[in-house]
Amino acid sequence: MALDNKTDAGKRQFKIVGTRPLRPDGVDKVTGRARFGADMSAPGMLVGAVLRSPHPHAQIRSIDTTRARALPGVHAVVTRADFPTVDDAAIADILDNCMAGDKALYDGHAVAAVAAASGAVARHALELIAVDYAPLPFVTDVDAAMKPDAPALHPSRADETVPPGLSANVMARHQFGHGDIEAGLAAADRVLERSYRTEATHQGYIEPHACLASVGPDGKADLWCCTQGQYMVRNTCAAILGMEQGSLRVTPSEIGGGFGGKTTVFLEPVALLLSKKAGRPVKMVMSRDEVFRASGPTASTSIDVRIGMTKDGRITAGFAELRYQGGAYPGSPVDMGSMSAFAPYDLEHVKTIGWDVVTNRPKQAAYRAPGAPMAAFAVESAIDELARGFGLDPLEVRLKNAAREGTRASYGPTFPAIGLEATLRAAKDHPHWSAPLGPNQGRGVACGFWFNFGGDTCVSLNITPDGTVTVSEGNPDIGGSRASMSMMAAEELGIPYEKVRTIIADTGSLGQNDVTDGSRVTFAVGLATIEAARAAKREMCKRAAQVWGIDADAVIWEDGAVRPVSPNAGKHPPMTLAEIAAIASNTGGPIAGHCEVNAEGAGVSFGTHIADTEVDPETGAVKILRYTVLQDAGKAVHPDYVEGQFQGGAVQGIGWALNEEYIYGDDGRLQNAGFLDYRIPVASDLPMIDTVILEIPNPGHPYGVRGVGETPIVPPLAAVANAVSHATGVRLTHLPISPPRLLAAIRAK
Amino acid sequence: MQYISPTTVDEAVHALSSATGACRILAGGTDLLVQMRAGMKRPDTLLDIKRIDALHQITAEDGGWRIGAAVSGAEMGEHAALVSDWPGVVEAVNLIGSTQIQGRATMAGNLCNASPAADSVPALVAANAVARVVGPHGQRDVAVLDIPSGPGKTTLEPGEFVASTYLPARGARSADAYLRFIPRTEMDIAVVGAAVSLTLDADGICTAARVALGAVAPKVLLVEAAARALIGSRLDAPALDALAEACSAAAKPIADKRGTVEFRTQVAGVLARRATLIAQTRAGGPA
Ligand SMILES: Cc1cc2nc3c(=O)[nH]c(=O)nc-3n(C[C@H](O)[C@H](O)[C@H](O)COP(=O)(O)OP(=O)(O)OC[C@H]3O[C@@H](n4cnc5c(N)ncnc54)[C@H](O)[C@@H]3O)c2cc1C
Repeated sequence: MALDNKTDAGKRQFKIVGTRPLRPDGVDKVTGRARFGADMSAPGMLVGAVLRSPHPHAQIRSIDTTRARALPGVHAVVTRADFPTVDDAAIADILDNCMAGDKALYDGHAVAAVAAASGAVARHALELIAVDYAPLPFVTDVDAAMKPDAPALHPSRADETVPPGLSANVMARHQFGHGDIEAGLAAADRVLERSYRTEATHQGYIEPHACLASVGPDGKADLWCCTQGQYMVRNTCAAILGMEQGSLRVTPSEIGGGFGGKTTVFLEPVALLLSKKAGRPVKMVMSRDEVFRASGPTASTSIDVRIGMTKDGRITAGFAELRYQGGAYPGSPVDMGSMSAFAPYDLEHVKTIGWDVVTNRPKQAAYRAPGAPMAAFAVESAIDELARGFGLDPLEVRLKNAAREGTRASYGPTFPAIGLEATLRAAKDHPHWSAPLGPNQGRGVACGFWFNFGGDTCVSLNITPDGTVTVSEGNPDIGGSRASMSMMAAEELGIPYEKVRTIIADTGSLGQNDVTDGSRVTFAVGLATIEAARAAKREMCKRAAQVWGIDADAVIWEDGAVRPVSPNAGKHPPMTLAEIAAIASNTGGPIAGHCEVNAEGAGVSFGTHIADTEVDPETGAVKILRYTVLQDAGKAVHPDYVEGQFQGGAVQGIGWALNEEYIYGDDGRLQNAGFLDYRIPVASDLPMIDTVILEIPNPGHPYGVRGVGETPIVPPLAAVANAVSHATGVRLTHLPISPPRLLAAIRAK
Repeated sequence: MQYISPTTVDEAVHALSSATGACRILAGGTDLLVQMRAGMKRPDTLLDIKRIDALHQITAEDGGWRIGAAVSGAEMGEHAALVSDWPGVVEAVNLIGSTQIQGRATMAGNLCNASPAADSVPALVAANAVARVVGPHGQRDVAVLDIPSGPGKTTLEPGEFVASTYLPARGARSADAYLRFIPRTEMDIAVVGAAVSLTLDADGICTAARVALGAVAPKVLLVEAAARALIGSRLDAPALDALAEACSAAAKPIADKRGTVEFRTQVAGVLARRATLIAQTRAGGPA
């Protein structure tokens, strides 16, 4: 039996992949029928609420819950004392972040939780809990936290990479690169040394964290929640609560945005424990204030860069030292920042050093290309300054130094076929690059890189008796993946898109799946969907051969039907999928295909962005006039979604560049825990973001797909900063470029 | 918590003065309900004034306009004659929030919430508007300038509330304008606000002016020195420079998450200058 697997993805003619059908989740979302985390309910359900520390750093001397427990309507109260002890350090940190132990480590840190008959009773009960805090000195700034005498969050937790004599807040040191930096710098016509800072930002997903937990008297539990990974939630909660993974079933809701921020747990273990104690289902929903104070924003950073360039634009060496604070626990994405900082360039001498630092802030969580946008801001700003200083075209300088197939990447591997150069050439040819600019206007360009990921993936594809197809996958659909999976299944099976329905399964229905992160889903789940469809096709070939009484090798799958390979095999009219499905019960039973794989071969992805800005020199207000994203998608399965990812990443990056920031007061408390003063861009702040999809097939995927979700947030910070610099003649090295900061810089000129 | 919704002003006055515990007026609720949700305010009684027909009117009075305390921002924006007389006041009211907020929010609520950054208040002060206050001891008329006394505080006595706001008659070649600075293009709170109301003579010389600033002091500022800089001038560059300087000098802002002292001080002058030019054009231009 032969399948028409045309493996040469670059030349393959697709029928469905590459078209733009309606998204299957669209009607539910616009009519309100879709069920998000807070829409779940259960009979007898209680409402859970969390008491949070008002102190940025404090010893918890005691917690008295007597009065709360005595309040009518209160069914359970938990503090850290109710949780089991956890040995694994990473899991112990997650537990400590969900419920503080001896110390409250940041403003908003959970210290107790209640489950009560109503939200009003629960909130009242929180007021009756008496926590005896002994406030401690605190530190929220990354550079201050690295000073040897800084208040220490966790004395003696640094790992073996950290040299002695540093602040106890330094948790790890990372180093990457090759060559000889000093020799490289010596060959330059100019060496630029600059320090950059970026502030912490939040993913800004519209849906707050929410879950409903129900633990039965037999210890079997169900959890419904809004997450990027139901298997991660299951495994983490099981580890924290000492449960077996098989006894906890987690069902993900629709998700109102995550961007990496829903790749860990906050409420879920607490809700499970409350439910266990109360013997009733417990629902918990964060307020927006809680989301800002106590979920996982990204790191704030302080970065020093040294880059040497010849006067014709060749980069002779690149060095960066990166300091990222990741909140109160180790694990800031400084490692990925250090690896990605110089990834777009072909450098003989390159080195990065990264420092992972803890501060009295919430534990950071992943945010779209974790760690990379800040590093790119620093490096791309410096390259721009050097290029402009020599009077060179910043795009040409990037082309001159661009990484290509065969380039030894700054973080180690040698690149296979990659698309950076194609995006730069497309940028150069794009009408945007040569459009005229008016007064107070400027244009910036920047490149970005992201690794992308594959990982553990399971897909089960079932053929129903009437010939429709259901696909079960284990990854919450954040970016339109149900549509993409249905398209790839339909493509492979040769049936219309409308005949396939893809659902997101609970943890009891499929094997382990990694979370929806690393831009992995269209790549890895797509690959598994295609393999599952191929398995089903093999089975259908067998069934048809059996009906025709010929050898399975004598049939072939072509255009959605089984046919005899050649006239020698007998004259049989083709059997369609629907015809085979209809008689499946008589030919051996139901037909399905499935695939379980640790998907390798996720291709790296590059993009180039062009931004035009206009600056009001009297107020420092920055307007984005025009913006173009050019990125390699490998193969765009559903181009609308690819464009949506490009646009969404650009917009988040623009917000990061211009206004978004976590602002801490002198009291160590977050000053802007809400969307009024944490300013994500609104629609009227933005032009239509123009997109150009390039398709340089990823050899690691049957259709050539690369992840596209994260790369687009990497270049905008620098693209916008470079445009502002071009418009004003002043260079801002501290993001966000908020109007007060920019006006002060313009007036100081 | 109790919710009451009287249908006459007298009933409301009675209910307010006889309520036990904290009683708050509920107009559009776009400040109050948000503050209650955040746990900042916990009234025992909510007195909704939206059922009082008399407070829903925009009426012509002595050549000016009386605007009831329950009139929404959207209703003001749709009132062509009011917009033509007081374009700056209406644009300030219409800047509040979004389409949804405009359907609920009132100008009186914006005033009585007493935020230093309230958008309509500088425009009302520049317009020399007067609030009609009702209470257990009858009614009194109070200049809008004297209603707020500091962040979140008003000079209203217990049992009093604002029933309406009066915008005076408008002469020929008179107009007003309001500008605010926000980091975004909408859905934001003024970092600085500046309102200018002025009258020109046939030659384009400014004969009367009032200039007010928001968000640069604990309450709205009437900047008389800025008005003096305009009066008698043709609103030429030296007059505008003097106006901007007077505004920056009058500004006594705090530094907070929304802006620095320097920024607010600087931008107060910039906005006052720009608002003056808009008002000038609306008033019929230089000559
Ligand atoms: C999303 C959003 C955006 C916003 N944007 C802006 C903005 O751009 N600019 C801006 O200035 N504001 C803004 N606001 C704040 C708010 O909408 C305005 O202040 C609005 O004008 C308040 O009017 P209201 O009728 O809703 O007042 P309410 O919330 O009903 O009342 C506000 C306060 O005034 C008191 N009060 C109300 N009416 C009277 C009365 N007649 N007499 C005595 N006391 C009274 C109430 O008891 C309460 O304390 C925004 C609010 C939201 C939610």
